[in-house]
Amino acid sequence: MTRKRRRMMVVGLGLLCLGAAAALALTAFEDNLLFFYSPSDLHSEAPPPGRMLRIGGIVEEGSLERDGEGSVAFRVTDFASTVPVTYRGILPDLFREGQGVVAQGRLTDAGLFQAEEVLARHDENYMPSEVADALERAGVWRPESGEGPPRGSGG
Amino acid sequence: MTDTTTARSANLHRLANPGRFLRFADRIYPWCFGTMLLALTAGLVGALALSPADYQQGQSVRIMYVHVPAAWMALFVYLNLALASASLLIWRHPLAGVAAQASAPIGAAFTFLALATGSLWGKPMWGTWWVWDARLTSVLILFFLYLGYMALSNAFENEERGRRAGAVLALVGVVNLPIIKFSVDWWNTLHQPASVSRIGTPAIHSSMLWPLLVMALAFTLFYVVVLILRMRSELLAARLRALGRLAVEGR
Repeated sequence: MTRKRRRMMVVGLGLLCLGAAAALALTAFEDNLLFFYSPSDLHSEAPPPGRMLRIGGIVEEGSLERDGEGSVAFRVTDFASTVPVTYRGILPDLFREGQGVVAQGRLTDAGLFQAEEVLARHDENYMPSEVADALERAGVWRPESGEGPPRGSGG
Repeated sequence: MTDTTTARSANLHRLANPGRFLRFADRIYPWCFGTMLLALTAGLVGALALSPADYQQGQSVRIMYVHVPAAWMALFVYLNLALASASLLIWRHPLAGVAAQASAPIGAAFTFLALATGSLWGKPMWGTWWVWDARLTSVLILFFLYLGYMALSNAFENEERGRRAGAVLALVGVVNLPIIKFSVDWWNTLHQPASVSRIGTPAIHSSMLWPLLVMALAFTLFYVVVLILRMRSELLAARLRALGRLAVEGR
């Protein structure tokens, strides 16, 4: 009995130490584990211009401009602050106004973000098109607002 | 049970539990197999035919019905592997070691399936096959943990020692489970947060939720079925080896 108890203590203590070590390591690496910065992060602590980084947020409604030669300009917002972005290349299928986006590139001195890669970010909402249309028609929810559908509509 | 020597009776006692397990497993196996076939058929029909296309993802949403249950199972099987490993280390239960070793390749297969289907979904939806965000990276680490467990637990001449060494590795890897689960809440990731585990209303329409849950049931039963098969063959092989030893000794 005592040997079993001792082994249990060793395993429990080992897991506890391991968990503490992992928690400390993860908090120490916090910033490096972020896949992208939000526009607010960029405004509060601006990284040095020219450094490669990723920003993420929602493509602001009405901000998308195409110049007809393959370049696009849009603003990325987190509803607190916004960052203007320019990009030249192919956009993913899910890219649209009001949709989540992650862009990799560099910030210029002027505060413009020059993206080299643009990824669409999908949210956690899944529903049939008819339901989305119905919600939109009823005026309960606009998909372009970048917010999720009202809770309870999932049923 | 007329033996009086303590060594023989301890041996018999060790064999008794696997024997009871085998009888129990044989009894539930047909039920598990039948229910799995039913659930898999219903789930696949629901996922591929009956459920609607998504308002944004279109038909690509159907990948989710395989991807999400596979990812759930990757975590669930690892949890089982860790629990079995703990009871092997603490109580020295011989069946626990067999269960852990039998679980690992199944979990690795589920993890690979989750990674592969996620990648196939990511290309058209996100615009990339792979990114090094916290969720994807931690699941890749889970896959390597499974592979490491399989390599380590088979690396010893003495299988009992191998299982114990693997058990320590499996327990060390447990820290990865909460990291995988909460990575999407703790850090900014490209991967979306959970849709179903949210308390209250899930962010997924009921017409899409039921095929997902039926598929999850089918995957769970698939794990039980394969686990029983793998454990049974390992236990019978161990019995054969023991009989071989007895025959040599008795000569």
